[in-house]
Amino acid sequence: MRVYLDNNATTIVDPKVFADMEPYFCQMYGNPNSLHQFGSESHPALRKAMDQLYAGINASDDDDIVITSCATESNNWVIKSIYNDYILNGDKDHIITSEVEHPAVGASCKFLEGLGVKVTYLPVNTDGVISVEDLKNAITDKTALVSIMWANNETGMIFPIEEIGAICKERGVLFHTDAVQAIGKIPVDVKKANVDFLSFSAHKFHGPKGVGALYIKGGQQLSPFFHGGEHMGGRRSGTLNVAGIVGMGKAMELAVEALDFEKSNVRRLRDKLEDALLQIPETMVVGTKEQRVPNTILISVKGIEGEAMLWDLNQSGIGASTGSACASEALESNPVMEAIGAEADLAHTALRLSLSRFTTEAEIDFAIEVIQKAVVRLRAISSTYAYAPEWHVSKL
Amino acid sequence: MAKNSLIGGSIWEEYSQKVQDLMNHPQNMGELTEEDAKNMGGKLIIADFGAESCGDAVRLYWIVDEATEVIKAAKFKSFGCGTAIASSDTMAELCIGKTVSEAVKITNIDVEKAMRDTPDIPAVPPQKMHCSVMAYDVIKAAAASYKGVDAASFEDDIIVCECARVSLGTIKEVIKINNLKTVEEITNYTKAGAFCKSCIKPGGHEAREYYLVDILRDTRAEMEHDHLLAISNSKIEGSNTVNFDDLTVVKKFQQIEAIIDENIRPMLVMDGGNLEILDIKEGSDGMTDVYIRYLGACSGCASSSTGTLFAIEAVLQEKLSKNIRILPI
Repeated sequence: MRVYLDNNATTIVDPKVFADMEPYFCQMYGNPNSLHQFGSESHPALRKAMDQLYAGINASDDDDIVITSCATESNNWVIKSIYNDYILNGDKDHIITSEVEHPAVGASCKFLEGLGVKVTYLPVNTDGVISVEDLKNAITDKTALVSIMWANNETGMIFPIEEIGAICKERGVLFHTDAVQAIGKIPVDVKKANVDFLSFSAHKFHGPKGVGALYIKGGQQLSPFFHGGEHMGGRRSGTLNVAGIVGMGKAMELAVEALDFEKSNVRRLRDKLEDALLQIPETMVVGTKEQRVPNTILISVKGIEGEAMLWDLNQSGIGASTGSACASEALESNPVMEAIGAEADLAHTALRLSLSRFTTEAEIDFAIEVIQKAVVRLRAISSTYAYAPEWHVSKL
Repeated sequence: MAKNSLIGGSIWEEYSQKVQDLMNHPQNMGELTEEDAKNMGGKLIIADFGAESCGDAVRLYWIVDEATEVIKAAKFKSFGCGTAIASSDTMAELCIGKTVSEAVKITNIDVEKAMRDTPDIPAVPPQKMHCSVMAYDVIKAAAASYKGVDAASFEDDIIVCECARVSLGTIKEVIKINNLKTVEEITNYTKAGAFCKSCIKPGGHEAREYYLVDILRDTRAEMEHDHLLAISNSKIEGSNTVNFDDLTVVKKFQQIEAIIDENIRPMLVMDGGNLEILDIKEGSDGMTDVYIRYLGACSGCASSSTGTLFAIEAVLQEKLSKNIRILPI
């Protein structure tokens, strides 16, 4: 059995999404900007996809949803253009973000620090969430942008986005949120949350890889990240990825339809897995179930180094992650585990399990069995864990 | 970074079959007890190295025959990734049958080499080399414990990287053994500098007594000094054991000048010409670039960029090294 529990890294393309995309590879392949029938053929599908995206995040017709290659591009675009448009030629010089952002935000902020921008990295509590009070205190007259993720990729913890949006609106500060881990898991409404900019990637909600978007609230200034071309109204040049956009639109529609299923069925399986794993002595999950997106568990298993655990799971056909999959070759301990102030001992013992609406009960039952066995084997090898054979006998 | 590394890959694909097998089925995993020691007529030694907070910790058990100092049995336990498990297992295996003094000489390279499937292909990717260094450190700790001496007599106990608990002695030794040239390599091999990064260079969140950049510079200087000493000794002994390519630029200059004086200049002078050496540079491709200027009749001579040039190059290549390139200015 092969079980995929790394859906926060990427997801399977929903076969219905794939079916909608297929005609745009070998049949309707014209460049949509060309002045001929081959090009125009894709326009109805592109329009439909844009409608699906606008509906998915409740954007109004005055807003722009600009297609990008991924949320990393969207995040870079916002932060670097804020520098161009509001910092370089304005009187502001300050950005606020959190300590647990995806590197696409964190490293972009670090880059701007090199250009003289002041950046405040808000700390998180033991649940992995920032405090709204800290945010209020950090905002000054010089603050150009607040960039806080909607949900964390590692812990699944949901941030108080509506409160943050209200504070930013009141203080006249632009608000960007990286919603890459929220879409398809919880309702995302840009109006309710007072968002100025919002990033997402299709492949995190059963769409194709290599396509994402940046929501830009109507009237917001933002200089283009790419120059040379009139695509997307001049906001983002580059020939349109027609099949990708069509796929992302369909994936958005299906993801919104599946939100109830996510809240009930995916969450039930997630909780079943979590409850079973917490029966293992000396394990700890970050954040309460209610405050998390319904598909994610970040569990620390005392005495077992995360990569050793991944090795054992992989041998049994289970795909999981120790932290950010993008950084799995790095030596560093899980940065989110460090940021939440987990005991240093636990920083190397994090295992991230993330489900999707395609995860089945049989897969979860199998995963529980495999993880329990791996814990017994690896704790027997472990030099830092006093092996408890009575647990081994009674539980397995 | 080049074509082969742009897409990246599963680091697990870079593990040898031996490493993979040992990760699944470690041969020497376990504990040894006082009772085992008694049965085998030896002394039980238990040594720890690393900590869970660093992501790597290993415990080594030995039973040592006190009459012969031979390690009769060795077992390990490890908190770490699969590579740490495999290299700890190999390290325990390599200890068995050696005397304590012999075991101390086992290096991280020995551990890594023992896990290779084929002699030329590394057993683990570079960023996993630190796991074999762990194995090497715990042997020293066990030997120190057995001999009842401070581990400092085996290695410097100044801790450079507090997060990864890596000592000055280890860093220096790893630089020398593996000929490391960058701080990134030191981090790959030892984990020093991988966490809070304060020990890399001044300006981190806490001041440190030693910084990796300084240790690297000083150790490289020490290596260079030792290298020069070797050249000088070989000269005193009259042997020609040091390769031209390993010489310093100054030495290279002297040797090239001598060959030109003896074999080339007389020919040029006969035709009313001459040349001077302007500079010598080490090319990044391993070539020694000799910049020359033609003088007298040679300057402007048609053959100075063809026949004469090839002749000069051929003589130097034959007498000194095939890695010499002549560049007329």
